[in-house]
Amino acid sequence: MSDTRTDDRSKFGEGVNATVLGADEIILNMGPQHPSTHGVLRVKLKLDGERVVGSECIIGYLHRGVEKIAEHRSYQQFAPYVDRMDYVAAVSNGLGYCEAIEKLLGAEAPPRARVVRTILTELQRIASHLLWLGTHALDIGALTPVFYCFREREEILKIFEKYCGARLTTHAFRIGGLQYETYDGFEQDVKRFCEDFDKKVDEYETLLTENRIWVGRTKGVGILSAEDAIALAVTGPVLRASGIKWDIRKAAPYAAYDQYEFDIPTRQTGDTYDRYVVRMEEMRQSRRICLQAIENIPAGPIMARIGKVLKPPPGEVYHAIEAPKGELGYYVVSDGTTQPYRVRVRPPSFINLQAFDKMARGSLVADVVAIIGTIDIVLGEVDR
Amino acid sequence: MNHLIPPSILPYVLPVLYGVVIVAVLPLLAGYIVLLERKVMADMQARLGPMRVGPHGLLQPIADALKLLIKEDIIPVKADLFLFWCAPVLSVTMALLAYAAIPFGPAFQIADLNVGLLFILAISSLGIYGIVLGGWASNSHYSLLGALRSAAQLVSYETAAGLALVSALMLAGSLSMKDIVQAQYDQGVWFIFVVPVGFFIYLVGSIAETNRAPFDLPEAESELVAGYMTEYSGFRWALYFLGEYANMVVVASIATTLFLGGWLRPFARYQDHLFGTSVELLDILPTILFLGVAVYSFWLAPKQPVKIQKIVMALVGGLCLVLAVGMAGALFAPDAVRMGVHGAFWFLAKVFTYIYAFLWIRFTFPRYRFDQLMRLGWHFLIPLALVNVVVVGTTIVLQQNWDWRHPMLTAIVTTAIMLGVAAFLGREDKQHQAAVEAPEP
Amino acid sequence: MTGSAASPITSVLFYIFALMAVASAVLMVTRRNIIHSAVFLITTLLATAGIFLQLEAEFLFVVQIILYVGGIMVLFVFVIMLVNLDVSLHLIQFNRQKYVAGVLAFVLTAQLLIAFWVGRSSLNLGDARAMDPKNTEAVGQALFQRYMLPFEIASILLLVAMIGAVVMAKRRV
Repeated sequence: MSDTRTDDRSKFGEGVNATVLGADEIILNMGPQHPSTHGVLRVKLKLDGERVVGSECIIGYLHRGVEKIAEHRSYQQFAPYVDRMDYVAAVSNGLGYCEAIEKLLGAEAPPRARVVRTILTELQRIASHLLWLGTHALDIGALTPVFYCFREREEILKIFEKYCGARLTTHAFRIGGLQYETYDGFEQDVKRFCEDFDKKVDEYETLLTENRIWVGRTKGVGILSAEDAIALAVTGPVLRASGIKWDIRKAAPYAAYDQYEFDIPTRQTGDTYDRYVVRMEEMRQSRRICLQAIENIPAGPIMARIGKVLKPPPGEVYHAIEAPKGELGYYVVSDGTTQPYRVRVRPPSFINLQAFDKMARGSLVADVVAIIGTIDIVLGEVDR
Repeated sequence: MNHLIPPSILPYVLPVLYGVVIVAVLPLLAGYIVLLERKVMADMQARLGPMRVGPHGLLQPIADALKLLIKEDIIPVKADLFLFWCAPVLSVTMALLAYAAIPFGPAFQIADLNVGLLFILAISSLGIYGIVLGGWASNSHYSLLGALRSAAQLVSYETAAGLALVSALMLAGSLSMKDIVQAQYDQGVWFIFVVPVGFFIYLVGSIAETNRAPFDLPEAESELVAGYMTEYSGFRWALYFLGEYANMVVVASIATTLFLGGWLRPFARYQDHLFGTSVELLDILPTILFLGVAVYSFWLAPKQPVKIQKIVMALVGGLCLVLAVGMAGALFAPDAVRMGVHGAFWFLAKVFTYIYAFLWIRFTFPRYRFDQLMRLGWHFLIPLALVNVVVVGTTIVLQQNWDWRHPMLTAIVTTAIMLGVAAFLGREDKQHQAAVEAPEP
Repeated sequence: MTGSAASPITSVLFYIFALMAVASAVLMVTRRNIIHSAVFLITTLLATAGIFLQLEAEFLFVVQIILYVGGIMVLFVFVIMLVNLDVSLHLIQFNRQKYVAGVLAFVLTAQLLIAFWVGRSSLNLGDARAMDPKNTEAVGQALFQRYMLPFEIASILLLVAMIGAVVMAKRRV
């Protein structure tokens, strides 16, 4: 497969921009409108017959200038905007942002707020993984799991709706704590969901995990080795499936994670099947955290005393959390006014997507859809 | 009536009548199988399915057909008009033509060809042209590739399915579909119990032949490679769809005739007359079944929320009562009528069970990738089917020579050998899988 | 349906098949579009199969369809589709040999007609007898008993051809 046309290649690197094609090579465009790219993502594939020999992801179709908008909003005004980035897991975005600003202010949310934040964030992680599982299975051809996953996700969204009024873009947290007290029956709802949930995950596993066809479609597809994962700064379940046991909830605990016991699932090979197993196990662990947390929600205030007008002292902070898709980081620079000087978001999907080329090379065209699905990207986060 | 019709036409009257009935009924049946699929799909996916058009969605196929009829007929530029017109027609015609040899009852068959089974296989292989020419006529690179892939898949699995049919054929000793069912009656056992491995090979092969999941990559891979049906809109697409579902009924009918006993009732030879009448005990089963469904419908009817659904449930119950009475009445009718009605009932029941298995499998498993699909066909199914033929043939000859003649023995011996062969082939497949999974250096 | 029964339906069917075969053959050689030619070859073969069925050679009928139409023609059609042959659509017939060809064709046709007319007394064929045992069994017995060796040789020939095709087509990875 060695290509001796080095002149163009050296100019454009190994990407698809090389306009000189071999005899059997074609460029296939999976356009921005596509049922399986989970949003407006354009993927250019350079194919040699059936094999992918190069790829390029063209993003930006959903760019809304969120980070620039942040410079012209006050800190509280910007909080609803972060939900719209990873719109599948809005609560995590809110958590990361609020904690970053709290760090900047030097304040800390009260214990009750931290525990409730943990519960809601873990429920959101389950919901995000459920959506990932449903759509990933659908791409590979299993038509049924998506409906079961959405049935469970519906329960979580109902809890969110009862708590803060919204299902998707929740704006559940405030800087300094929570705005709303938990509603009557919150603990019972969460407990009832968690008790049923383990059996439901068993149901999904029955359909997929040992299924010959599923294993055949996902094992050995899109392998990402540990060295490559670290070199590409991949985080989240993708990293853990490649063998690196790294989770910010354990490495640098935030909210109330240091109070609870949970495992970090890891696998060795880093193929699509491993990422599937890691995310299934993460759902179970999230359920474990929720059960522990609702046993003992401390009483007390839900909001720290930080005043209505927020003017953090000049400085900068980088705060990262373990979002369902990976390490979600906020780098906030304050210049002493009510509006931040700069808010830079480290989106996990954007950085994980860069591993797509590594994973897709050498695989078949039919596997590209599976590989895009397994990275678990949300274009709102990739483009911001 | 015989003297009214000239003798040269007389042998053709009944077959033409049957032909007209089948051609009239089958599109409707295929349409309702689509509705059945949507309802079963919904049931497996924890939802309801079509409910709006007609009570419980019962008029959905009619609405769909009407919609497709009045849709704009889009023909791509530079499409080959002759072939573009021909291909869907070819697909449907072949699907309908296969019914000429399928026996719905001891007397209900258009033509009892003495090569009936081969005829149906021949027609199936003609059905490939509908796909290939359709893909070509669309004047689209991706349509053509999808069509060629689909045709390659069909050809591969047709071989395996045909070989699986041979194993049942050897037990029957004749290619005539009617004789095959008769052989199952004479031997007192459905062939699925004698060659279960053959049945399973045929099941998998027929799923692949009708382009159903988990083998529907050429159809569903419309993400990257457009399927052959993409450029067809409106009624042309409806014809393709109709052809696909009619094809499903054809393969189900073949499986029913060869493996499931055709029009025979379960325990066809068991004769226990009821209260000294000429009615056999087991012949009451259809009546009891319909009565049960009628009672269930009447019980459900008051529980429906909306008035029209109450009426529909009651009507369904009434229909089942009528059918129950009809089944019971047919028992006292002359032999031909009784065997015709009951035969058709059992035949259709088995066909629908087989189709239900198709639907069940579709919504449970993910899709095979094309190379995995071809590997499964050529590396696993065809060798297995070949060995199956040899093993079953040998067993039959040995049985004839040594005068064993016990179907269970054939079943046990052949199944044991086949499971061994399947395990061997599967191990080879696992080695390939392991080689694929090893991370690249 | 016996072979030459006076039944008018049989005759009508024969004429339909014969007309279909002749018309398809003519269309096949006059089309410019190669795929259309292939489709008309298919219909010619199907018509021939119909005539076989009328002669009570039902095994030949189905085998004609399965092998010729369902196998060989599929191969033809695949090859035509994969090799871009629509260049023929744009060819202009510019040589003047068509006049000579026309004259020769006329001469040949005249010769054939004269031959048929002169020898028309030998064209009365006997009735096709219904076979006993039935067609399929007879072919099977012939192939596996009397003509076993040629059958095996033909099988090995086919196997060799298949292996050769696979070896040639397989890409050296």
